[in-house]
Amino acid sequence: MLASLNARALLLSLVLLAVLLGLWEAASPKQQLAGELTEYELLMGGGEPKAAVPPPSAVFAKAWEELSDPFYDAGPNDKGIGIQIGYSLYRVLSGYFLAAAIAIPVGFLIGMSPLMYKALDPFIQVLRPISPLAWMPLALFVIQDSQASAIFVIFICSIWPMLINTAFGVAGVRKDWVNVARTHELGALKTAWIVILPAAAPTILTGMRISIGIAWLVIVAAEMLVGGTGIGYYVWNEWNNLDLTSVVFSILVIGVVGMLLDTAFAYCARLVQYQE
Amino acid sequence: MSTPFLSVQNLSKRFKAPKGEDALTVFENVNLGIEKGEFVCIIGHSGCGKSTILNILAGLDEPSEGGVIMNGKEVSGPSLDRGIVFQNYSLLPWLSALKNVTFAVQARHKSWSKKQVHEHSMKYLEMVGLAGGAELRKPSQLSGGMRQRVSIARAFAIQPELLLLDEPFGALDALTRGSIQDELIRIWSGSDQTVFMITHDVDEAILLADRILLMTNGPYARVAESVQVEIPRPRERANIIHHSDYYDIRNHLVEFLATRSKALAGKQEDGGTSEPSIVRFGAHGVLSDPKDDRKPAVSRAK
Ligand SMILES: Nc1ncnc2c1ncn2[C@@H]1O[C@H](COP(=O)(O)OP(=O)(O)OP(=O)(O)O)[C@@H](O)[C@H]1O
Ligand SMILES: [Mg+2]
Repeated sequence: MLASLNARALLLSLVLLAVLLGLWEAASPKQQLAGELTEYELLMGGGEPKAAVPPPSAVFAKAWEELSDPFYDAGPNDKGIGIQIGYSLYRVLSGYFLAAAIAIPVGFLIGMSPLMYKALDPFIQVLRPISPLAWMPLALFVIQDSQASAIFVIFICSIWPMLINTAFGVAGVRKDWVNVARTHELGALKTAWIVILPAAAPTILTGMRISIGIAWLVIVAAEMLVGGTGIGYYVWNEWNNLDLTSVVFSILVIGVVGMLLDTAFAYCARLVQYQE
Repeated sequence: MSTPFLSVQNLSKRFKAPKGEDALTVFENVNLGIEKGEFVCIIGHSGCGKSTILNILAGLDEPSEGGVIMNGKEVSGPSLDRGIVFQNYSLLPWLSALKNVTFAVQARHKSWSKKQVHEHSMKYLEMVGLAGGAELRKPSQLSGGMRQRVSIARAFAIQPELLLLDEPFGALDALTRGSIQDELIRIWSGSDQTVFMITHDVDEAILLADRILLMTNGPYARVAESVQVEIPRPRERANIIHHSDYYDIRNHLVEFLATRSKALAGKQEDGGTSEPSIVRFGAHGVLSDPKDDRKPAVSRAK
């Protein structure tokens, strides 16, 4: 029954996809198909005089072309999609793990100590709602490096969900389990390792999953601002070239990479999940 | 009068009530002594404060007044010398049954090798009938009775001086319960461990205990009586009922639970030091003498 449900869901998804693509294709002006011929020019930044949303067939052709050679590098304004994604992932992951390295220990501290919780709460409440991009000018001024500034913006946007969830998870560890640690005279470090961390891990991972989602949202915007490399810059650059086929293609790529990141974290979350 | 191994002095526990109401006094002025090697059961109606007393003995909870002295030292926090089987098992759900025991054994014997820890843990899991694959499952994949047995194995495996058992056999069927009771007696009589056990089962108490403490209903509960069980050991489930004291004791306990736990309930106006009255049964029937100062007879078949 379950298998057949999955099978039916898959079938329905495929039907919906086909219908949507069909409608999209039908709605696109026919003359755009000729765009295939000028693809090379488009890539060279030639630009299409009569720009319009391209049909899916054009996007597929573009995807095929880009994905068959994702890592080419033809100068600062023309790099393969793989290289652009690579830059973006590098920024996202370094900012993200830097944030995790700080958020998780500090979250532990806040979760374990009601004093620290009360003392740090006002800071968190004020800093958290700040749009990460609002930090960008300050970051650029202080750090004086666009690459590092982008990483900082990722850092600042991914730290909050991890910090708050870690504190919440640690503070919420069942008293019974803490008592088990106490009756076995486990030291602070052992208690953290054997009891608190595993008990709070599902909540912590939920925070990490939220953070990676936000980081991936923010990197596109950040790269549009700082420019140079990355998928966000790529989208903006193709828009400036009026190459809408590439824009649509890169939007899809952003979606797929985001999904893969989320899936990876969902998988990790399943590993630490436990049933009471 | 020398102080016993475990001495509970003027123990009271009050919980703050929400919003200005009077504090809830669970029990007040509880005094009792337990000798080394003694097996003591405590019986009382649900909610009278048995688990609260046990948690204070364990050092997990603090009394509002009074104190607990074990081995001449004030109990001020939990310790590996006091092993606990919690009423709700308190297993760590992310660890397998085996790991739930090995981490405790490792905590007790820091110098032991992995292999020693594993063998020791398996011995106790086998003892409670959890081997052959069940030990590798997580608590959520075990039945309630199996979880209870893991928690028993964990407490026994660290071989504490004082075993605190909170309704340890509550979720077990009669057969398993019988065999684990036998194991408990075997382990206890082969060591100088002291056992403090909460139970609702009158027959279980008579079978196991040297002494049965009876608690009145709360609030303001207290340990009203201490019933000596002088039926010689080893006690056999099948034969114990033929002992002349058996029904006297049983009737006394049932009668206490049915009527006197209620009749004696309530705040003690004199507030004096209320040692439980000692009740013993012999050829001449019940003999109750609160002034009786004698130590309980700690004799057992080895
Ligand atoms: N944290 C708490 N705050 C307020 N009241 C509490 C708290 N813990 C226990 N109590 C109260 O103390 C009383 C005694 O509870 P306890 O768990 O010791 O009962 P018990 O004798 O073990 O009952 P049972 O046989 O059902 O396990 C109960 O009336 C309970 O409501
Ligand atoms: Mg209880």
